[in-house]
Amino acid sequence: MQKKSDPFILGGKAFHSRFILGSGKFSLQLIRDVMEYGGSEIATIALRRAGKNSPENILDFLPENLTLLPNTSGARNAEEAVRIARLSRALGCGDFVKIEVIPDSKYLLPDNTETIRTTEILANEGFYVLPYMYPDLIAARHLVDAGAAAIMPLGAPIGSNKGLRTKDFIQILIDEINLPIIVDAGIGAPSQACEAMEMGAAAVMANTAVATAQNAAQMAKAFRLAIEAGRCAYLAKLGRILEHGAEASSPLTGFLHD
Amino acid sequence: MRQIYDPMEFQPGMEQIDTTIYDAVIAARGNYEPAAYTKTQVKIALEKESLSRSDFAALLSPAADPYLEQMAIRAKAEREKHFGKNVLLFTPLYISNYCENQCVYCGFNCKNKITRCKLNAEEIEAEMKAIAQTGMREILLLTGESRSISGPEYIADAVRIARKYFSTIGLEVYPMNTGEYTMLRDAGADFVTVFQEIYDSERYGQLHLAGAKRCFPYRVCTQERALKGGMRGVGFGVLLGLSDFRRDMYATAIHAELLQKKYPQAEIALSFPRLRPYKNHEKANPNDVHERQLLQMMLACRMFLPYAGFTISTRERADFRDHVLPLAATKISAGVNVGIGGHSNTDEQKGDAQFEISDPRSLAEIHATIAAHGLQPVYTDYINTNAL
Repeated sequence: MQKKSDPFILGGKAFHSRFILGSGKFSLQLIRDVMEYGGSEIATIALRRAGKNSPENILDFLPENLTLLPNTSGARNAEEAVRIARLSRALGCGDFVKIEVIPDSKYLLPDNTETIRTTEILANEGFYVLPYMYPDLIAARHLVDAGAAAIMPLGAPIGSNKGLRTKDFIQILIDEINLPIIVDAGIGAPSQACEAMEMGAAAVMANTAVATAQNAAQMAKAFRLAIEAGRCAYLAKLGRILEHGAEASSPLTGFLHD
Repeated sequence: MRQIYDPMEFQPGMEQIDTTIYDAVIAARGNYEPAAYTKTQVKIALEKESLSRSDFAALLSPAADPYLEQMAIRAKAEREKHFGKNVLLFTPLYISNYCENQCVYCGFNCKNKITRCKLNAEEIEAEMKAIAQTGMREILLLTGESRSISGPEYIADAVRIARKYFSTIGLEVYPMNTGEYTMLRDAGADFVTVFQEIYDSERYGQLHLAGAKRCFPYRVCTQERALKGGMRGVGFGVLLGLSDFRRDMYATAIHAELLQKKYPQAEIALSFPRLRPYKNHEKANPNDVHERQLLQMMLACRMFLPYAGFTISTRERADFRDHVLPLAATKISAGVNVGIGGHSNTDEQKGDAQFEISDPRSLAEIHATIAAHGLQPVYTDYINTNAL
């Protein structure tokens, strides 16, 4: 029921799945199983890994009906990201591009300013631009103005499996930004993906958590179910959750009835 | 008769840069007392999510020896967070073995009577073609340290040829000045590795008797000059066993840590070459680095520098290399021929090798082994956007 009535629209395309799979940390032998169990219709690929002349090319391992989301990982500034995106298009990887501009080799945190610059250039060239960013409302507004197709805020540092450490700031983006918010990076368990979806995220991306599970295909399935559950809960509208315990036994505004 | 310089003296033409990092690294090594650490400090370090310098010092110390299994568990988790299942593959290519240095432990020592050779452009291209045909996409170009015979322009020419065949080009050649690194970067080089060998200047002087390499501070500052020159990343290494290997390892990691802090974009890589102890002398020398000590160094460094790439040397036996990959190492050489000219001409190499390798497996064999361990061989992890 949910699949028919609740498509995930991205770059003018409708998707059933809201689970975007990062492919960069996998054993490629597993990737078809993982895609199948996870039900993902979109997978990121790092252009820097898609070597034409290598004995193993990731493009040969991905199912054909998949929508590719090439990323610009390795770029440290806007110029490098733009060049990688153009290469991606020239290689036939389509018009979607995930912008990663990361000038820090230790924490792999993104540069929001350079990401905005990149987004503007590539959106003007007709790309559907999905910028990976540190969840900052003002930067996200600039990304909207620059022509982004969606916003991809990080939950925690890449690979950390720490979950939604930036939860409050992602919620602000969900509330204020009129574009799909796709939570990316740091999601370490299906429960965390579910939580992001309950908050109103449009989709969740995961990579390390699935790639490093003992049974990657099973973990992909767990993410699929968690993401569907979270989406369902969001659409069903969660009941009232009291942040600070129960209601006062003597109503604070009771005097109004006197 | 060659002039012999003091090891602390800069020789003519050597660039001097700010010594803040140099001073900090040398001070850190001097202050590190491996014997002072206790099991309690090791246990505390094992509980930490991110290690302080003193946690790292404890894990490098003899007190951590009984905790290798716990360290391996932690190191494996860190490796997976940052690198997933990936293992990068590369092939080293020796293009010249002329050397002007006199390092007492090295096969290329200028006093050694070995067959010297320098490949010309055609021979370099033939070697590269042969390597590229195996599917390899990353190459590491090596020379002996002879500025007069294999000068910076010669190396730049080799880099330009390599650009036709490879996506990533590393250099392991003699230290140069900042401007020369810029020239090599513009030619297409991406990464520079220089082994410091030891961070103890006094012992350094005893082991490096002559040549440019004799200048200790110039060598220590090499990685920073390479980064200032625009290289994307730098590699570090000490020859474990030349001196107190724990202190040298500590200095190496602090050096890497400080440079990453100053140059946050820089990609950091460590190698772990060691002098192999003689058989039947297992307890003879506290500086001996057996596999157990080597593994401890790698695990401690993995926990302290989780973001750094680690290369496991072809000097190590195949089984050790295979098992250290999921725990700490992220990069492995394959199809190695350390002689000169041995890739394209399998009957005869033109120049002698620097050392003997312990893992002669082909690329296909190493690929199959990595995959059998559930890991993913990666041939290219980098786009040189200057070339686009």
